Amino acid sequence: MEKLAVLALLFAGRFAVAADSLPPLVALTASPAEGKRIFAEREAGHCVLCHRVAGLDAPFQGNLGPALTGIGSRLTPAQIRLRIADASRLNPDTIMPPYYRREGLEQVAKPYRDATVLGAEQIEHLVAWLASLEQADGE
Amino acid sequence: MRLWLLVVLVVNQASAETRSFADRPDLSADAVQSGRLFLTEETRALQADDFANPGYLWVERGGELFSEGEKSCAGCHAAAGDRSLAGAATRYPQYDAGAGTLINLEGRINRCRQRYQDQPALTYESQDLLALTAYVASLSQGLAMDVPIDAEAAAYFQQGRAYYFQRRGQLNLACNQCHDDNWGKRLRGDTISQGHPNAWPAYRLEWQTFGSLHRRIRDCDAGVRAEPHEPGSEIYISLELYLAWRARGLGMESPGIRR
Repeated sequence: MEKLAVLALLFAGRFAVAADSLPPLVALTASPAEGKRIFAEREAGHCVLCHRVAGLDAPFQGNLGPALTGIGSRLTPAQIRLRIADASRLNPDTIMPPYYRREGLEQVAKPYRDATVLGAEQIEHLVAWLASLEQADGE
Repeated sequence: MRLWLLVVLVVNQASAETRSFADRPDLSADAVQSGRLFLTEETRALQADDFANPGYLWVERGGELFSEGEKSCAGCHAAAGDRSLAGAATRYPQYDAGAGTLINLEGRINRCRQRYQDQPALTYESQDLLALTAYVASLSQGLAMDVPIDAEAAAYFQQGRAYYFQRRGQLNLACNQCHDDNWGKRLRGDTISQGHPNAWPAYRLEWQTFGSLHRRIRDCDAGVRAEPHEPGSEIYISLELYLAWRARGLGMESPGIRR
């Protein structure tokens, strides 16, 4: 039992991960509208490079990652957050970049060292928008 | 208990390191497809038309440089005969005993300039080196890429292969994750290619100019927010060797047109 507790602690690692979810990175009133903007805009998250959301007003949405139409019906906000922050904690081989991780990266270009791809607040906005997507919204 | 803890710590440490996919197989030779097939119809047509393809401006300039000077390239390398350069580009990069290192076509041209032509080496990515490289590469158009990776080249090959399969940059991506695992899928409006070097040096639409394979690789590194290496660096020449071998059998297309 003691061994199990130690094991859980050690594998919790850089931030507290309960099973496959992650609690909010920062306390704020998240804005789904802002999250939607971050999802689509090239200068922000530009998630549409790889992901598609039916009904979203953005041309040429990518298909490298899974479609996120109705993702709010399939995953909880905490599950969505973990997948954005560091999906490699679920699948070490994932192609999904870690949007909230600084450690264990190699050859990072100078302007990006010691920074995360997105800020905690941006991720909270994104989570709020994605969690609001119901299957009925599209497809 | 203490020993057990240590074991867990070591395992945990290892899992936090960046992942190398070097245990993965190479792209299957049956699957190899030129990047040309991932372009739009219009771009393919532009590449195929020798008069419209802007890369031929560099090929033509290279042809002039090839014949210029007292000790010209053409003085040794006649269009026909033993020293003809038809097919030469298909076998680069290759190990050069004189240089004691792996060199690519640009390196070979600079070695010739210094050893046989009493000329200084040209700067990597300079217009003259691009032009000469384009001209020599164009002499191999349609011929299959065929680099040796044995003997002295083997260690460079392994170095290049390791680079290809290593995650890097703030986006933590390895080359194989796009170009082996996901070619054919779409990044917004673009289709991901297999990342072959057979059209380079090439005219890149995004640059609105002609450039080297190493400049293109730098853009990939920068794209995953990794610190790029210098064009002409050993690591990029080694990667070029791995890419050339991976594309073995593909016909050379330089001067290509790429996105």
